[in-house]
Amino acid sequence: MGEVLVLVEQSDGGVKKVTTELLTLARSLGEASAVWVGPGYSDAAAATLAEFGAGTVYVAGDAAYADHPVAPKAEVLAQLVAEKAPIAVLVASTADGKESAGRLAVKTNSGVITDAVAVSPDLIATQSVFGGSTVVHSKVTAGTPIISVRPNSIAPVAAPGAAARVDVAVDLSDAAKKATVTGRTVAAKGGRPDLAEASIVVSGGRGVGGPEGFGVIEALADSLKAAVGASRAATDAGWYPHQFQVGQTGKTVSPQLYIANGISGAIQHRAGMQTSKTIIVVNKDPEAPIFELADFGVVGDLFTVVFQLTEEIGKRAH
Amino acid sequence: MKIAVCVKQVPDTWAEKTLQASDSTLDRDAADGVMNELDEYAVEEALQLAEAQGGEVTVVTMGPERAAETVRKALSMGADNGIHLVDASLHGSDALATSYALAETLKGRGFDLVIFGSESTDARMSVVPAMVAERLGLPQLTFAQKVEVVGDRVTIQRVSEAGYDTVEASLPALVSVVEKVNEPRYPSFKGIMAAKKKPVETLSIADAGLDAAKLGLSAAWSSVEDFAARPPKAAGTVVTDAGDGGAKIADYLSEHKFI
Ligand SMILES: Cc1cc2nc3c(=O)[nH]c(=O)nc-3n(C[C@H](O)[C@H](O)[C@H](O)COP(=O)(O)OP(=O)(O)OC[C@H]3O[C@@H](n4cnc5c(N)ncnc54)[C@H](O)[C@@H]3O)c2cc1C
Ligand SMILES: Cc1cc2nc3c(=O)[nH]c(=O)nc-3n(C[C@H](O)[C@H](O)[C@H](O)COP(=O)(O)OP(=O)(O)OC[C@H]3O[C@@H](n4cnc5c(N)ncnc54)[C@H](O)[C@@H]3O)c2cc1C
Repeated sequence: MGEVLVLVEQSDGGVKKVTTELLTLARSLGEASAVWVGPGYSDAAAATLAEFGAGTVYVAGDAAYADHPVAPKAEVLAQLVAEKAPIAVLVASTADGKESAGRLAVKTNSGVITDAVAVSPDLIATQSVFGGSTVVHSKVTAGTPIISVRPNSIAPVAAPGAAARVDVAVDLSDAAKKATVTGRTVAAKGGRPDLAEASIVVSGGRGVGGPEGFGVIEALADSLKAAVGASRAATDAGWYPHQFQVGQTGKTVSPQLYIANGISGAIQHRAGMQTSKTIIVVNKDPEAPIFELADFGVVGDLFTVVFQLTEEIGKRAH
Repeated sequence: MKIAVCVKQVPDTWAEKTLQASDSTLDRDAADGVMNELDEYAVEEALQLAEAQGGEVTVVTMGPERAAETVRKALSMGADNGIHLVDASLHGSDALATSYALAETLKGRGFDLVIFGSESTDARMSVVPAMVAERLGLPQLTFAQKVEVVGDRVTIQRVSEAGYDTVEASLPALVSVVEKVNEPRYPSFKGIMAAKKKPVETLSIADAGLDAAKLGLSAAWSSVEDFAARPPKAAGTVVTDAGDGGAKIADYLSEHKFI
């Protein structure tokens, strides 16, 4: 069986959920190997990679790899592709993941497919395009298939692996060192799950009425341990930070549950949430197009409905 | 400072986009073509930098004949001149081919800064800027929510999942922007009139010195096997709030094991 390389997405020395999804997918294609780039490889990271079936973990642990954006990841992967001849390389559909994939594709003269939601054992990728309205099957026809996979597309399944550590060192090219990361600024996160990875997302739009209105949305989100999202009308108005925007020009999310409050359902918003597994809508306008996507919808004022819902969830949790 | 801005013409985001049955490529005639929204921000950023520091802005596009409208739009916003790479053999180019064609077109023209949007609204790959940086050996400063040029140093704030990273490099460099970076201007009447007289170089692949074997649908490194419209979602249940709307949602959530 051929080897499948999975580029690990890290957070605070640990492994993000999307990597466990990618390892699960990799095991269905061949032998899963994880690739860790940067310092801080920890026992906790090793344990997670082992739990989800990584046979080998290539650790490129030089601190210098974190000093430059993207290019070091592509150079480490390129060296492993040359040495190990894997049957495919999987990365997460994040900014870093996709850009690493793009640079790797140039370096190895290989095709790249982005935003796959599934990959079959014969390496045919399923892409959900145009905001989820069209399903495409595509295939890399030259070089090593490089595929970026959207978070929340594959249910992670544990299966023990050895996670045998193999250290790798790559001399970075001069080009890779031309851009330098000189600072990292962490926005207040408030302990909510990452928007792209969350299994529940609670969103607010113009109907929320103002920045204070988002308090109601956040309370509901916290009762469900959900991430908070927003429509562009809300982020453009400055009611909620831009990084939480869902849609065409914001994040694409595909959670188990998406609750849209006071959002009309413009095509550009739908492009970012249409593939959510279950969609719940609260909107006072029965004609709002977002109801077309609803598995369950309530026509009503969001302030009363969402408030009551949050209360009910609190009661039922006890 | 010589600045290039890469802009892509895409179908209007309000239109339903479809692939054509003949060759599985985007049906670009089914909808009006507009400048990719994030590329308007890229043009604006270039104009602001040129206005502040002096310089020339060249807009670069690869696309069919009618993509010339998108070049005009950038010129009417204030860009000085344009390059339009247009050739039948470019049709169906994938990301490798597109990045190759753009890199070759940009090369050797002495640009200090090349600015991109961070994502197109049609294919949404977010890879072309990184791939062009790789091909040209330029420092990659992408997903910028803020761009600053002081002397020959460029500093950006790269949007990250946690907040942002500060990234620096010397010119020449490559930047891509997100929509937080600025507020694009609308072309003025004067700008629209002036744009008609601004020079646009129209290049075939031969003019640009490109190898046809690396371009177009037949050369693509990836191919579409088949595609289909997503089956419509079964209609859900919609109720009108009669004082118990929140409780009804809670019922639904517990029935479906979310709570
Ligand atoms: C190129 C481009 C890219 C774009 N990208 C994005 C994107 O990434 N994400 C995005 O979201 N949009 C995007 N948009 C904008 C999009 O077209 C819409 O303008 C936007 O999604 C509207 O946001 P909204 O639904 O919150 O506001 P509106 O459309 O104003 O809808 C507000 C809704 O709230 C309801 N409402 C009001 N008060 C209440 C109340 N008290 N209780 C219950 N319901 C209430 C109303 O009935 C209405 O349906 C983009 C647009 C363009 C042109
Ligand atoms: C639905 C769909 C899915 C596709 N999937 C794949 C795939 O998986 N793999 C693949 O290799 N190709 C794919 N393609 C082809 C892809 O559209 C082209 O290769 C395209 O040139 C690059 O992708 P993008 O538009 O997403 O660029 P992005 O990387 O999202 O674009 C970022 C920026 O690059 C610049 N730019 C991009 N294209 C041009 C241009 N023509 N002229 C000037 N500047 C430009 C703009 O500044 C833009 O803002 C797909 C096309 C469609 C329609």
